[in-house]
Amino acid sequence: MTTKQLAGISVDVDSEGFLTDHKIWNRDLAAAIAKEEGIDPLTERHLEVIEFMRKEYEEKGSAPSIRRLNKLNIVPTKELYSLFPGGPAKKAAKIAGLGKPQGCI
Amino acid sequence: MKKLLILGAGTAGTMMLNKMESVLDKEDWSITIVDQFETHYYQPGFLFIPFGIYNRRDVIKPKRDFFPAGVEVIFSKIDLIEAEKNQVLLAGGRVLSYDVLIIATGTKINPAETDGLKEADWHKNIFDFYTIEGATALQQHLKYWEGGKLVLNVIEMPIKCPVAPLEFLFLADWWFTEQGIRDKVEIEFVTPLPGAFTKPKASNVFGDFLNKKNIKLTPDFSTGRVDWENKKLVSWEETEVDYDLLITIPTNMGDELMARSGLGDELNFIPTDKFTLQSEANENIFVIGDATNLPSSKAGSVAHFQADILEDNILSFIDGRPLRGKFDGHANCYIESGFGKGILIDFNYDTEPLPGKFPLPGVGPFSLLEETRMNHYGKMMFRWMYWNLLLKGAELPIESHMLMAGKRA
Repeated sequence: MTTKQLAGISVDVDSEGFLTDHKIWNRDLAAAIAKEEGIDPLTERHLEVIEFMRKEYEEKGSAPSIRRLNKLNIVPTKELYSLFPGGPAKKAAKIAGLGKPQGCI
Repeated sequence: MKKLLILGAGTAGTMMLNKMESVLDKEDWSITIVDQFETHYYQPGFLFIPFGIYNRRDVIKPKRDFFPAGVEVIFSKIDLIEAEKNQVLLAGGRVLSYDVLIIATGTKINPAETDGLKEADWHKNIFDFYTIEGATALQQHLKYWEGGKLVLNVIEMPIKCPVAPLEFLFLADWWFTEQGIRDKVEIEFVTPLPGAFTKPKASNVFGDFLNKKNIKLTPDFSTGRVDWENKKLVSWEETEVDYDLLITIPTNMGDELMARSGLGDELNFIPTDKFTLQSEANENIFVIGDATNLPSSKAGSVAHFQADILEDNILSFIDGRPLRGKFDGHANCYIESGFGKGILIDFNYDTEPLPGKFPLPGVGPFSLLEETRMNHYGKMMFRWMYWNLLLKGAELPIESHMLMAGKRA
């Protein structure tokens, strides 16, 4: 675990830059992480997806999958890939301040 | 009289049937198993069919051969699981009540999930090798194929036997060499994963193997659709990969029964406690094998390790005691690497595949994360073990929990 400066405050992140405590998340932090991930600006549409992911995470203990976001009509898969190019599951989770999605093997 | 009901008589269900039959008191318990099909397929053998190493007859036996006497066997489709009523409705209208339910309905490929996959080219120029139909159709096709660009693609994770795509690639490289047409064949592996495999060390080792065998790796490619008329894979981000012959691992899903019964997630896998194997929704429903949503591999070896844990936990549950068995995510996979050699990996939830010796620390005879002839013999011997020991619930000389002894971190 390391500490870094994001949006003017110091936060704890893991080796891949994921926040270690999702409770400290706010929109400013989200915008700062998004910028590092090459997403600038972070739009309302991005935030709609991210805030839904956070809500599910708090209710169920895990973030929704790409398939679930599509099925619940939160965001179609195609659009999700254009909102978060290069790996939406991982990028959106990171910006949402959630842990790295659990990879299945 | 109490009732144990098992749904699914594949690898996991059959093992559990044999284990529970040997430990439950017949005075108190009746055991019933339900499956819609009468033939048991040795699924690890499907990999060898496209290359003519095995044929259909090498991978089938009647399911009945593996059922112990004194249990009720029903061959029927299942309509619904009514968990709140502790009962299961069969297709013919028959109702089966249960005190304890074990779900072992597995996973299967669902090519219809991807646009363009299950069209006119399905099993003509686009093949799977996860079904007997796909594997045998591909054998016919490869027999007369004269070369071109073969693309093997994984649509999305999770898939059953995550090493099978690598094995197929290694065997393809060997087989085309044997046929004398390797110089006419380009092989490319297109995967949504960031590398050849999920775990970093093994991913590097397998990446080197692909390189050595002149197999191109295209990682981070999430297939959105297949443009089968123009023979192209198209990603969600509109990047494209051309092919002449496409071998695909389609989306894997649990049984549709779970969607009908409200027991599954988006992929019809059942939310299951990753340590105890109890379903998250119902304390008298246990889940084993590919049907779970566990972050472990979907593979027979995993189901085998789970079976020991599940037997203990069901017995504790019946006695009204806490569930003490904790599954650690243990998987053990022999990987065919072509030219009569194999690689072996052994890992769990927390420990990635590491080099070393197995199962006897320092001795072997098998070598972990290394290519040897002995590993290949292990793979080929495994079919005998599967039919004669594993399905019958017999003890194998491998611990359920992964051991660090013999591994080099």
